[in-house]
Amino acid sequence: MSDPSAEHHDPAVAFESAKLGVWTFLATEVLLFGALFTAYTVFRMKYPELFRAEHAKLDRVLGAANTVVLITSSFTVVLGVDAIRRGKARRLEAYFGATILLAGVFLCVKYVEYAAKFHHGLYPGTNLFFSLYFMMTGLHGIHVLAGMALLSYVVVLSRRGRFSASYHTPVEMSGLYWHFVDLVWIYLFPLLYLIG
Amino acid sequence: METEGVGRMEAEGNGRGYLAERGWRSWAFTLDHKRIGAMYLWTTTVFFLIGGVFALLLRLELLSPQAHYFSNHTYNIFFTLHGSMMIFLFIIPAIPSGLGNFFIPLHLGARDVAFPRLNLASYWVFAAGFLVIIGSLVAPMDTGWTFYTPYSAKTGAAVTTLSLGVFLIGMSSILTGLNFIVTIHKMRAPGMTWHRMPLFLWAMYATSIIQVIATPVVGVTFLLLAAERVLGVGFFDPAKGGDPVLFQHFFWFYSHPVVYVMILPAMGIVSEVIPVFSRKPIFGYKAIAYSSLAIAFMGFLVWGHHMFTSGMSPLANAIFSFLTFFVAVPTAVKVFNWIATLYRGSITFESPMLYALTFIFLFIVGGLTGPFLGAMATNVQLHDTYFVVAHFHYTMMGGTVMGFFAGLHYWFPKMTGKMLNEKVARIAWALVFVGFNVTFFTMFIAGTRGMPRRYAEYLPKFHTENVISTIGSAVLALGILVMCWNFLQGLRKGAPAPSDPWRALTLEWRTASPPDVENFHEIPRVADWPYGYGTPKA
Repeated sequence: MSDPSAEHHDPAVAFESAKLGVWTFLATEVLLFGALFTAYTVFRMKYPELFRAEHAKLDRVLGAANTVVLITSSFTVVLGVDAIRRGKARRLEAYFGATILLAGVFLCVKYVEYAAKFHHGLYPGTNLFFSLYFMMTGLHGIHVLAGMALLSYVVVLSRRGRFSASYHTPVEMSGLYWHFVDLVWIYLFPLLYLIG
Repeated sequence: METEGVGRMEAEGNGRGYLAERGWRSWAFTLDHKRIGAMYLWTTTVFFLIGGVFALLLRLELLSPQAHYFSNHTYNIFFTLHGSMMIFLFIIPAIPSGLGNFFIPLHLGARDVAFPRLNLASYWVFAAGFLVIIGSLVAPMDTGWTFYTPYSAKTGAAVTTLSLGVFLIGMSSILTGLNFIVTIHKMRAPGMTWHRMPLFLWAMYATSIIQVIATPVVGVTFLLLAAERVLGVGFFDPAKGGDPVLFQHFFWFYSHPVVYVMILPAMGIVSEVIPVFSRKPIFGYKAIAYSSLAIAFMGFLVWGHHMFTSGMSPLANAIFSFLTFFVAVPTAVKVFNWIATLYRGSITFESPMLYALTFIFLFIVGGLTGPFLGAMATNVQLHDTYFVVAHFHYTMMGGTVMGFFAGLHYWFPKMTGKMLNEKVARIAWALVFVGFNVTFFTMFIAGTRGMPRRYAEYLPKFHTENVISTIGSAVLALGILVMCWNFLQGLRKGAPAPSDPWRALTLEWRTASPPDVENFHEIPRVADWPYGYGTPKA
């Protein structure tokens, strides 16, 4: 997002600009998911029994495990950002590496879950609940992938010695984005897995 | 604008400025907002002309009551292509991404936008989007530009491909809007407080907010439409418990606010041009500035008025109808302030001013026919008739496109360093003005008499109106051709433009024509608002 090489910026303005840019971008992401949450609300109000019956087919244990995985990954991102603020690039790389690993675990669990659903003949289009389930978790999954790519890029930049205690804008920005990806899951998990 | 130091007198010479570097690489990989803006202008203008050709073909077909030149299906494809191209590839990006990119940093006294690489990315995402859309022409769309389900979920046309294309266009629109918001917040020159910003910037700021907030929703809507076709998810399919009206809600949640993405930048241009050619300070600066934000805000609350006949509850209809009338208030605030600016001004009628006045005149007609459609009782009569077609062409073409033309004529000397032939520009204007009114005013009459839109055939009693309208469209097309010819002539052999041919006070006129890559040799310091016309200093 940011353009650290732009000569016309002084670094403080560049950092503030990047931050405002990422927050604005996250606002667009909220609206992107917002439409799906709206569809969820409409259909859940219309078909409460369907949602209650169908959600029981989801695996709560795997869902809960994945929630723990993602929350832990948010924690490691924070540790990474904290490390580079103290100028410790190697520790940043380690913590971001751990985050990428946890994201990978999350996607593997998701793969197991999807495979089990397909095995039982549950597809997008089977009914509205599973359409929503696959669309919402699918869109979220794409965001996890994008986040992994972004964090990997930051690690590569860090290995080239780009970041220091005084300049680490991309680290902070990718961290913000990763927190958002986690936050979406925090909403998805109860809405899909824990219907009363 | 009162500026201090070198900034004021730095404009020198008539070199090629930012255009000095040559070769395709200097364009394709440029980070210069002026070049990116110019690429957007060229691209969108080409699509404007192509979309216009489709419109002329439609008018040609409507010369006779029966389908004559091509089949009904072909007609459906043509009006879909006309609408989609004009909206997604011309009117939404043209002013914001074209003129906005070029002039926002210049107006701010900045060297570039906040994220130059993101800016270039947005252009190439846009290019990818229109390539995909062109690719979808193998099975051309026949749904109208609104893509209503259930038809769009079933038709054999390449809806899925087109959805992807529109998604990419939307992404480019979000990136541009985001860039402008940050730029306006963070890149203002020293002394450029919010209330010293040119009104074009206020309009662009409001526009960017809408782009950023509304576009993701239509993005996901098109994803869902694609999912509907590929996976059969059923959100919009009643057979699976889904709801086609939900699609309409999603679609209009974006597509109503986006009409303000189309009109607000044009209003910004008019707010710049009117005081310059009236030699008077703009009247009601803050009212115009904040009405832009008010329009952006209220624009989000009225989408339901596109759906009065779609089966919403009467209560929802009444609320949307009521809110719709409210949007008229900030819009009227602007119009009254422009007229108050004109009052007792020393008005001259150069081509930018002619188009700006045309904007006001036509937009009043377009605006005042809006409440007829916003009121439920008359809406039910007029829904989906030519009255609607006339109404939105008066606002979109009579409004936005005239504002765009005003901007092109106003800023041509700055962008190219060349002057236009003013006489030819006025002839083109006269043809456009007459042609436009003959084409579209007759549609109001046909519409109130009950002629439905989107049919290749019509009852013989509407024949006269349609013939008049088609003749008008030919005059309009001639006017636009003359204008384009004038632009090309101006580019090739126009007289060198001085740095400030219109004696305007905003910062872009303090730089050379065309500006250098760096925009300003030294970042200007701003000490006053840019509308001090008629005072001794101006």
